[in-house]
Amino acid sequence: MLILNCPYCGCYKDETELSAGGEAHLKRFGPGASDAEFEGYLFGRVNPKGVHFERWRCASGCGKWFHAARCTATLEVFGTYKAQTLKPPQAIKDAISAKRPGWTWRDFS
Amino acid sequence: MKRNSVFAVAREAMRQHSGWGRTWGNPEAKKAYDVVIIGAGGHGLATAYYLGKNFGITNVAVIEKGWLGGGNTGRNTTIIRSNYLQDPSAALYEKARSLYETMSQDLNYNVMFSPRGVMMLAQTHHEVRGYQRTAHANSLQGVKTEFISPARVKELCPIINIDGPRYSVLGALWQARGGSARHDAVAWGYARACTDMGMHILQKTEVTGITQSGGNVTGVDTSRGHIACKKLGMVVAGHASVVANMAGFQLPIESVPLQALVSEPIKPCMDVVVMANTVHGYMSQSDKGEMVIGGGTDAYNAYTQRGSFHHLEETVRALIETFPMVSRLKMLRHWGGIVDVTGDRSPILSKTPLGNTFINCGWGTGGFKAIPGSGWGFAELMAKGESPLTDQFGLDRFRAGRFIDESVAAGVAH
Ligand SMILES: Cc1cc2nc3c(=O)[nH]c(=O)nc-3n(C[C@H](O)[C@H](O)[C@H](O)COP(=O)(O)OP(=O)(O)OC[C@H]3O[C@@H](n4cnc5c(N)ncnc54)[C@H](O)[C@@H]3O)c2cc1C
Ligand SMILES: [Zn+2]
Repeated sequence: MLILNCPYCGCYKDETELSAGGEAHLKRFGPGASDAEFEGYLFGRVNPKGVHFERWRCASGCGKWFHAARCTATLEVFGTYKAQTLKPPQAIKDAISAKRPGWTWRDFS
Repeated sequence: MKRNSVFAVAREAMRQHSGWGRTWGNPEAKKAYDVVIIGAGGHGLATAYYLGKNFGITNVAVIEKGWLGGGNTGRNTTIIRSNYLQDPSAALYEKARSLYETMSQDLNYNVMFSPRGVMMLAQTHHEVRGYQRTAHANSLQGVKTEFISPARVKELCPIINIDGPRYSVLGALWQARGGSARHDAVAWGYARACTDMGMHILQKTEVTGITQSGGNVTGVDTSRGHIACKKLGMVVAGHASVVANMAGFQLPIESVPLQALVSEPIKPCMDVVVMANTVHGYMSQSDKGEMVIGGGTDAYNAYTQRGSFHHLEETVRALIETFPMVSRLKMLRHWGGIVDVTGDRSPILSKTPLGNTFINCGWGTGGFKAIPGSGWGFAELMAKGESPLTDQFGLDRFRAGRFIDESVAAGVAH
């Protein structure tokens, strides 16, 4: 059972109390964007085996969306952070680097 | 390879089974092949087989990081059906189903195809309408299915509880020529036939990189050194994004665990396959007597080949409601596989941004049934650059918005 800590209400939630929202930090493209940009936004996914950034919702708690950094190969959780950001905070990136030196994900490292 | 036949069985019975040869080869890797296929699951092996059989291309290596059939092909619940909704799907899955009917003879290897019938229960009025629509679509596509009454459901599968407390059975979509087959035997039979044609199956060989020049692939780096090729096929299911990433492109795929479990063996009690999509469970009985049960997918990406426990709980709960007699069964084994899911729940059989490289993936929770048809079409695509079976399943459909939406028709995970 995956357990994540909601950065808003502070609760530790089992995965059954959360809803998974897929890949985080997608840049939204709308009208006026090229077909390639729109396709990338809708369907292009990193789907990595290793470090991953995801959106989760504290569904049975405070109801807010937050972000989690996780390893999809081991299910290890590196940390969670609030959603009002375009990139993972340095503390999260440091926590990942401590365990997965040299990691990269999209443009982050 | 020696032919399998009743005479071979009799001959071997007389000499303590000392004369059976190896089923497939274990060769040293060559430096170069005409075609390299990454992934010795059912789809990769079937592709190699039809490259040889239909196009005479036999200088082929199938490269597998583990053991052949050790991915989803050896982990699935072996449901074979072709009652999809959209025309391109019906063509592809029905081609596969019909090839399953003659596969044992074709490969001279018993894959135990059992067209025992597949039943998809309708347990809400919405499902009744949905399956009636599918039955109509199927009859236009030349796929024989019918919508049957609850009484007929009970007659075909007496252990079902048709008037359960929550979701009574309101009917079912019935495909009498659907069924199941022995999953390992499908991989082994193809591997044997490929070996027979002189192809190399390189097990315990992991592809770690892809070398390119001028927009074409020149070969693959592996744990056994570099292997050059003129054409490359990527057929790695759950690891599709990982391998595509080595080649520098991204896929519209998410990889998630899907689980299954089997019970202790019991006497024959069920001779059809039943899928209950609303409560989410599906079950059939293997020839050994085990009840084979499929669960749901996890909601988040993982490569762990196990999956969350609560899905098992939900599955078993659903099945007890549908088949009250299973409530006392002991479960023997449980496992997971990593399935490659696309947005429209249809597979990708496609060219790639690299000229001589092709990809076959996205079968998600339901590709076992498609193995021979997929191999047939993908081999044609690799050999000729196009195939009527696969042309609608290209990667370009995501940009064009031309989806082959089977998320409604499949409904359940497989
Ligand atoms: C629990 C479960 C139940 C299912 N039930 C059904 C069902 O009832 N009916 C149905 O039709 N389908 C079902 N499916 C889906 C079906 O199993 C798959 O769609 C199908 O087996 C995929 O076959 P494949 O050959 O594409 O992949 P796989 O059999 O997974 O083969 C891919 C191979 O690629 C290898 N590989 C990966 N990366 C590398 C690398 N870098 N180098 C070398 N080799 C590599 C892997 O080791 C693997 O052996 C189920 C799946 C699961 C997990
Ligand atoms: Zn919260």
